Amino acid sequence: MRSAGFRRTRRASAAAVVTALALTALASCGTSSSGDGNDDSGSGSSDPSAPLDPKTKVTLTIDCMPPAAKAAELREWNEDVKTFNKKYPNVRIEGKSTPGQCLEPPRFTAMLKGRSQPDVFYAYFTDLQQVLDNDGAVDISAYVDDTSVPALKDIQPQVFDVARKDGKLYALPTSNYTMGLMINRKLFTQAGLDPDTPPATWEEVRAASRKIAALGKGVAGFGEYSAGNNGGWHFTATQYALGGDVVDASGRKAAFNDDKGKQVLQQLHDMRWEDDSMGRTQLLKWGDLQKQIATDKLGMFLAAPDDIAYMVQQLGAKYENFGLGPIPGAQGTLFGGNNYMIKKGSSPDKIKAAVAWLNFKNLTPGKGQFEWARTKADKLPVGLPQPNFFTGGSKAKDDADRAANATMPVENFKAFMDNPVQGKAEPPKAQEIYKILDNAMSAVLTNKDADIDKLLDTAEQQVNQILAHQ
Amino acid sequence: MSAPTLSTGKASAPPPGYHPRPGGPAPAREEFVRAVRRNVTAHGFLIGAVLCFSFFSWYPMVREFVLAFQKTEDGETTWAGWSNLSYVFNDPAFWQAWRNTALFTVLALLLGFAVPFVVAVVLNEFRHAQGYLRLLVYLPVMLPPVASVLLFKYFYDPGYGLFNRILEFLHLPAQQWLQDPGTSMLSVVIASTWMNMGGATLIYLAALQGIPGELYEAAELDGAGLFRKIWHVTVPQTRLILSLLLLMQIIATMQVFTEPFLLTNGAGPEGSTTTVVYLIYQYAFNFNNYGAAAALGLLLLVVLAGFSAVYVRLSRSSED
Repeated sequence: MRSAGFRRTRRASAAAVVTALALTALASCGTSSSGDGNDDSGSGSSDPSAPLDPKTKVTLTIDCMPPAAKAAELREWNEDVKTFNKKYPNVRIEGKSTPGQCLEPPRFTAMLKGRSQPDVFYAYFTDLQQVLDNDGAVDISAYVDDTSVPALKDIQPQVFDVARKDGKLYALPTSNYTMGLMINRKLFTQAGLDPDTPPATWEEVRAASRKIAALGKGVAGFGEYSAGNNGGWHFTATQYALGGDVVDASGRKAAFNDDKGKQVLQQLHDMRWEDDSMGRTQLLKWGDLQKQIATDKLGMFLAAPDDIAYMVQQLGAKYENFGLGPIPGAQGTLFGGNNYMIKKGSSPDKIKAAVAWLNFKNLTPGKGQFEWARTKADKLPVGLPQPNFFTGGSKAKDDADRAANATMPVENFKAFMDNPVQGKAEPPKAQEIYKILDNAMSAVLTNKDADIDKLLDTAEQQVNQILAHQ
Repeated sequence: MSAPTLSTGKASAPPPGYHPRPGGPAPAREEFVRAVRRNVTAHGFLIGAVLCFSFFSWYPMVREFVLAFQKTEDGETTWAGWSNLSYVFNDPAFWQAWRNTALFTVLALLLGFAVPFVVAVVLNEFRHAQGYLRLLVYLPVMLPPVASVLLFKYFYDPGYGLFNRILEFLHLPAQQWLQDPGTSMLSVVIASTWMNMGGATLIYLAALQGIPGELYEAAELDGAGLFRKIWHVTVPQTRLILSLLLLMQIIATMQVFTEPFLLTNGAGPEGSTTTVVYLIYQYAFNFNNYGAAAALGLLLLVVLAGFSAVYVRLSRSSED
């Protein structure tokens, strides 16, 4: 018979195990994926213009390393790390990969709030204010010059402008885009339209949409978003294309309640209800239209060039099936893109190492992401009209390399490339404004009797309310 | 051996085998050590739960309260006074979100409260295959919510959806379902009820099966029909369970998020399915405005606490 003492010991042991497990679980929950402190050894110069001291050991954590599922991209990443380490053997690159979409806004916001971003982290152009509000990025102005980034003079000033605040630079670009009109060439041909000449005006879009929808079998001519704040995003792009604006120059008043804003909504309403050429399924957001056009159920929609890579690599579509033209109206278009920022609190050596890596990987023609011959050999897409931020000699070299190694029919994007449209940044309080404009977009696409004047009046009043409380 | 108990601080009888040292009573320190030994197991088990609650429930609640009165701009966190609440009240979507949430709650109560009860009453009448039918009713609860919602998204599609195909077959006009501001919320409630009614049905069924059969026999002898039996026997006998589920349902439905988020991509046509929790999500994760999200969360907490207080008061008065 077991003694009471033994039973007590057993219970105490069980309690200890439970407590230890609970504490371990809690401790592991609180473990940061990225060290906040500096693990650099040695002491390099704190002078930003001085080169990185080769004696200083630096470890950089960087996100958006390709996941294992993207074997070819991951192989290229590892090759780039090896090549980089030949010049900088003292820098250890620790890539962090995320399955699926590398940057998901809700996760990004939580990451900033928890200060768990890696040393070098990926962001959208529009994320700057959010990052600064969370004290997340360091000012790298003093570290970026013609020595650390030799192609600096050949990079469009616009992509740096969006990375600056109060004259301070906070990011280096990796990609940029402007929105255009994506077309399904197969459906264009079937509908008797010329796929090499995408519609250039909204009247032409409407006429083409009618013809494509007439093919039947559930095919829609034109598609548009109206949910998840994406409707407001595309309203803005279309408004820019017609020469309009969303917010006035002061940034304090709505500027879309005009003839152009009315035209944006009216043409969508008419295509949906008078022509019945937009399909019955609405309340769509990013990802929905890509699936439709990739399966030959949609003729046209507004998109950035990299949607093509997504549709081919993720949805199994073929490059030959897509064409790209400038955004109809062509008075202006939304531009956007991605960049890398460096975590606030990083040591000067870490910043220097990060700038060196970003320069090698993303900003040098013929190297890293611009090593098109390697990309072609790895059977990855070459020939998309983005990234497209080089000018001058760098652009000439990159264009030539890209054309020589193209893995897709680049002539399908000729209309887009030959007719560049001036890019325009998003309005202030973009997501909040898009949320309001979503209502107007969803109304005209789901309600035949939508009162467009009233919708614009309401949206204007609501946007003014938001802007007044900035 | 009795279950370990927390020390009350009072002197207790010495355990068997205890022999006081010669020369007088045990010193206070020994008494304390014995008390600790006696209660170490209970404290050991308790500490894990307390830590979990502290980190994952109480700390976030305190943090939310603090955040609701702070703002963070350009890396500086400062006290914001009432400005977050002012922002929330001035948001054009604020009242619409509350109206939509109230509409969802009312519809969900009408459908989600009544339907499981009726189903449970019907199931209770079956003499055969009750286990199979119970499984059938509970099956949707076992499906991942996202799968269930996406299934309904397909059913509701105005182009190729099942529901419009059925209406077409019956020569009835097709509906816009989720894409009409007039029917979007009702469509969300129908999907939600189908997904969640299994659990409530089983609870009602358990309550029904706990009603003594003699009560029904007595009612029958008094000449009561089916509806009078339900009204005079079933409802009073299950009143406690009904009230509890009603409260739980109000609290759960006022926090609805998954269904509108997946069925209508959040806001729905003209914002007709924007709920309070979806608005909180928008503030925090799309607008990076944690202060406003916390302020709205606090308002929701106050409203839900109000419902809980009403419930507690009602249940006390019914006990009296």
